[in-house]
Amino acid sequence: MFEFIDKFMPGLLEMLLPRASSYAVQIDVLFDVITILVGFWFFLVLGYFFYLIFRYRHRDGHKAEYISGETHKQKQAIEIPHYLILACDVAIIIPTFLVWYNIKIEVPPPDEEIRIISQQWAWTFQHAGADGVLDTPDDIRSVNELHVKNNTQYTYHLESRDVMHSFSVPVFRLKQDAIPGRVISGHFKPILTGEWDIQCAEMCGVAHGIMGARIFIKSEAEYAAWIEANTPETAQKELLAVNEETISEAKEDPNNG
Amino acid sequence: MAEVAHAEVGHGDHHDDHHEQSFWSKYIFSTDHKIIGFQYMFTGMAMALIGGYFAYVFRMQLAFPGASIPFWGTLSPAAYNSLVTNHGTIMIFWVAMPVLIAAMGNFLIPLMIGCDDMVFPKVNRLSFQIFLLSAIVLIISFFVPGGGFGGAWTAYPPLSAKAEFNATPFGAPLWLIAVTLEIVAFLLGGINFITTTMNARAKGMKMYDIPIIVWMIVIASILFMCSVGPLVAGAVMLLFDQTMGTAFFDANAGGDPVLWQHLFWFFGHPEVYVVLLPAMGIVGEVTCTFARKKLFAYKLILYSSVGLGILSFFVWAHHQFISGVDPRATYLFTTTTLLISIPVAIIMFAYIATLYGGSIRFTTAMLFGLAFTGEFLLGGVTGIWLGSSGTDIYLHDTYFVLAHFHYTFVPIAIIATFAAIYYWFPKMFGRKMNETWGKIHFWGTIIPFNGIFIPLFILGAGGQHRRIYNYQNFPDLAGADMQDMRVFATVSLIIMLIFQLVFIVNFIVSLKRGEKAGKNPWKANTLEWITESPPPHGNFGATMPEVYRGPYEYSVEGREKDYWPQNEKPEPENR
Amino acid sequence: MAHQIIATGRSRTGIPTGRLAVWWVIGSEILIFGGLIASYLLNRFNHGPSWSVEAANTNTFIGACNTFWLLTSSLFVVYAHAASERRDAAKTRMWIWLTILLGGFFMGFKTYEYATEIHHGFTLFTSNFWSFYYTATGLHGFHVLCGMVILALIAERDVKHEKNWHRVENIGLYWHFVDIVWIFLFPLMYIAK
Repeated sequence: MFEFIDKFMPGLLEMLLPRASSYAVQIDVLFDVITILVGFWFFLVLGYFFYLIFRYRHRDGHKAEYISGETHKQKQAIEIPHYLILACDVAIIIPTFLVWYNIKIEVPPPDEEIRIISQQWAWTFQHAGADGVLDTPDDIRSVNELHVKNNTQYTYHLESRDVMHSFSVPVFRLKQDAIPGRVISGHFKPILTGEWDIQCAEMCGVAHGIMGARIFIKSEAEYAAWIEANTPETAQKELLAVNEETISEAKEDPNNG
Repeated sequence: MAEVAHAEVGHGDHHDDHHEQSFWSKYIFSTDHKIIGFQYMFTGMAMALIGGYFAYVFRMQLAFPGASIPFWGTLSPAAYNSLVTNHGTIMIFWVAMPVLIAAMGNFLIPLMIGCDDMVFPKVNRLSFQIFLLSAIVLIISFFVPGGGFGGAWTAYPPLSAKAEFNATPFGAPLWLIAVTLEIVAFLLGGINFITTTMNARAKGMKMYDIPIIVWMIVIASILFMCSVGPLVAGAVMLLFDQTMGTAFFDANAGGDPVLWQHLFWFFGHPEVYVVLLPAMGIVGEVTCTFARKKLFAYKLILYSSVGLGILSFFVWAHHQFISGVDPRATYLFTTTTLLISIPVAIIMFAYIATLYGGSIRFTTAMLFGLAFTGEFLLGGVTGIWLGSSGTDIYLHDTYFVLAHFHYTFVPIAIIATFAAIYYWFPKMFGRKMNETWGKIHFWGTIIPFNGIFIPLFILGAGGQHRRIYNYQNFPDLAGADMQDMRVFATVSLIIMLIFQLVFIVNFIVSLKRGEKAGKNPWKANTLEWITESPPPHGNFGATMPEVYRGPYEYSVEGREKDYWPQNEKPEPENR
Repeated sequence: MAHQIIATGRSRTGIPTGRLAVWWVIGSEILIFGGLIASYLLNRFNHGPSWSVEAANTNTFIGACNTFWLLTSSLFVVYAHAASERRDAAKTRMWIWLTILLGGFFMGFKTYEYATEIHHGFTLFTSNFWSFYYTATGLHGFHVLCGMVILALIAERDVKHEKNWHRVENIGLYWHFVDIVWIFLFPLMYIAK
C-alpha cells in the first residue's frame, strides 16, 4: 500500500538519503503526507496573515472596526478551520498508527538474528555467523562494523553496558534507545547494498560525538565471503562437530521495542 | 467581602517615607514589585548573553571543526558537551522563565490589575534571591574541576547519575542543585502571582476584565506548579544517586533509569507551555494595542489556554517514543500530541483574526509581535512530524527536532520578549526606545534567525543527529553541501548576535536620552498606562483605580477616541 | 516598611490571601510527595516480592505510635485554631505548644527508629526500598520539623502579642497536610509487606 502511495509523493527524504530498509518507504510516505497536509495549512494561514497585515495597515482617516469575536457567526471564523485541522489530524494519525505497528510492534519471523551491544563509546555487533544462530562458537564479533546480508529479515537484540545509547541507522529510518538492564528487540530488512553511517543518537558522555559505526549491506555472495574470512579459527574446527543447538532467549521481552 | 473600605488609600500621601533610601535598599533589597521585575529582567538578559556566547562557540566548532575559535580557543569534546548542555539549561531556566514569567509577571501583574504591589512582597524578594543564588551556583559549576555538566539538559541517568560515566564529579551535582533552586524560586514566585491575581484585583475588575497576559502568566504558574513537583522529587533522588551512591536510577542495583525520563518529561512538556503562554499573552496585548482592535474571542482564547494546559499533562511520552517504553503506549501519546495542535491553533487563529478590520501601526513592538505569530506558526506545525510516532522514529534526536523547538523557543524567549521590552520600555523607564534603531534590530534579528534554523531542518531530515561535536567523523554527514549549510547557519548566528549589540546600545542610550513617553504613549487601555511613567512607589498615587470595562475596548463605535481606558468612568448615557 | 501594602488587604475571592497561599503551597507539596510516592509505587509493583522482604524490617509499632502522635497533634492544632477564633491568647499558645510537643515525640521516635535501623544495617544504601524509605520519611520529617519551628514562632511572636491571628489557621492547614502525607507513608512503608 505504501509503495503504491509513494508513486504520487515527492519523496522528500529520499532526496537526502537513500532507502535501505524494507520499511523506509513507509516512513518516507508518512513524512510526505504530513508535509503536504501541514504545508498546505501553513502557507494558507501565513498567506492570509500577510494579506491581513497589508490590507489593514494603518492609513489616515481609516478607523479600525469593533469586532468582539464573541458572536456565533464571528466565532465560526475560528471554528470551521479548527474542524478542518481536526480532520487533518485524524488523516495523519491513521497512517501513523499503521507505520508504527509495522515497524515497532509487529516483529516478522527472522531469517537471522544479531546482537548489538553498546557501551561508552563503541558498538559491538555479534553476528550469528555461518550457522545463522546466535551464541554459538562461530559467532562473529566486530567492533563498530555491522555486516548484513541484503534482502534478509533480521531481528536485533539491543543491549547497553553502561549508560543510555541509541542505535540509529538513518538509511534504514531506524532508531532505538538502548537501556541498561534491558534487552530491546526490533527488526529490519536491508534492501540496498552499500555502506553507510550508524550514529549514537542519545547523549552518552564525553566521546558521544565519535560513537559512530558503519553498516555494510552485502549481496549474498559477498556476505558468504565475509563470513568465511572472519569466522574464528577455533570455531571453524568445532563447527563440524556441533549440531544445531537450541538457545534460550529467556530474558527477552518481545514487547520492548 | 472582607475588604475594608477605608484601606484603599494609595501611597501618594506617604511620599515622604521613601526619600531616604540608600542604593542598596532601593535597588538590591527592595520589596517593590517593579524593582524585583527589573532584577529578574536584567539577570535574565545577562544569562542570555552567556547562553548566546555558548551558542556562538559551539556553532563555530560545527562550522569550522577543530579550528581555533575567536574568544575561546580550540574546543574539546567534553567542553562542547558542557556548552550544549548549559546553553539549553540557561536559555530555558535562566532566560525564558525569569524574563517571561518572573520579570513580566512581577512588573505587570500589580500594575495591570490595579494594586500597589504583590500580596507577599517579602516572599517575592526571597524568590529573586533564591533565583540569583541558583544562577551563581550554575556559573560556579562551569569552573569546578572536571568542568560543567555535559549530559544534555534532559540529564538522563545513568549518565547524569555517576561521575564515572559523565566525568564531571562536581559539575553534575552543582548543575542539579542550581536547577532545583531555580524551581523553588519559581514555585514561590508563582504562588505570589496566583494569589495576587485572585485576591488583589482593583475594584470592579471581574474575571473577564483581566488582561490576557495576566491570565496567561497565572495559568502558566499553575501549570508549572502542577508539573514540577514530581521533578523536584526526582531531582532529590538523582542528587542522592550522584552524591551518596543510592541506586534509584541504576538498573544494575534494582533501579529504573527510564523513571527519570517520565519524571523529567512530565514536567518538561508542560514547561514548554509554561513559557509559551506568557509569550502569547504579550503578543495578544501588543497586537490589540497596535491594531486598535478588540481581542478576537477573548473567552475562547482563555478557555483554549486552560485546555492547552490540561492536555499538556498527557503528552509527555512523545519525547520517549523510541526509548523503550511500551510501544503500544505511543498510540495514546501520538493522539494527544496531535490533538494539542487544536487549542494552539485556536489561539493563533484568534490572534490572526484580531488583525482583521484593524488599523495596524508598525511600531517595533508590533513588528516583533507579528513576527512571533508568523515564526511560531512554523515552530508549531513542525511539531506534527515529531508528534506522529511513525516519522519520529526517524526524526527523533536529529537536527529536525532541534530546529523545531528553536522555532518555538526563539519566538517565545527572544521575539516575544523583545516585543514586550519595546512595548513596556516607556512604562518601565519613562522614555521610548528609538524606533529606527529598533527596526534595524528587528530585521537584523528575524532574517538571520530564519537563516540559522531553516538549514538545520534540512540537515536533520538528512539524518544528522544532535550533540555531536564534529560531523567530519561521519562519512555520510561530512559532505561539502552539508558542511556549507552548517557554515551558513553559523554565519547567520553571528550576524544575529551582532545585531543584538544594536539593541543593547539602543536600550542604554534610550534610558538616558530617549523621547519622553508620558503616561500613555501607545494609547492603550490597560491600567498600567494610567499612572506615571515610570510608576511611583505604590503605583497609582493617592487613589487606587476602579475598573469599568474589559481591557480591549479599542475603536468602539460612536466614540471619538479609538481607545477607552479600563478605569474611565462611563458617562450616564453610555451605560 | 513605612507603609502597609494595600494588595495584601484585598480579598476579591473572599478567601483571605494568606490562607489562599497556604493552599497553593500545599498544592505544590502534594505534587512533590505525589511524585515520590508514585515512583515508589511503580518500583514496588515491578519488584513486588523482593521489596516485601525488605519492608518486613520496618518497625510497625513505632510507625503506629508516630501515626498516633501526629493524628493527636492535628486535633490539638484544631483546638488552637478554635481558641484563636475566640482571641484567647493563653489557650491558643497552650494548644500550639502541645502540638509542638507531639511533633517532638514524633521526631524523637523517628530518631530512635532510624538509629536502630541503621544499627541493624539498613541504611540509605542497603537497597532501593531503603533508599525510598529514608528519602520519603526524611523529607516528611523535615516538613514536620519546619512545621514545629513555624508553630513556635507563631506562638511566641504573634499569638503572645495578640496579633496576626489568621496565622494560627494557616499553620493548622499546613500541619494537617503534613499529617495526611504521613497517613499515606505509614501504610506504604510500614504496613504493606
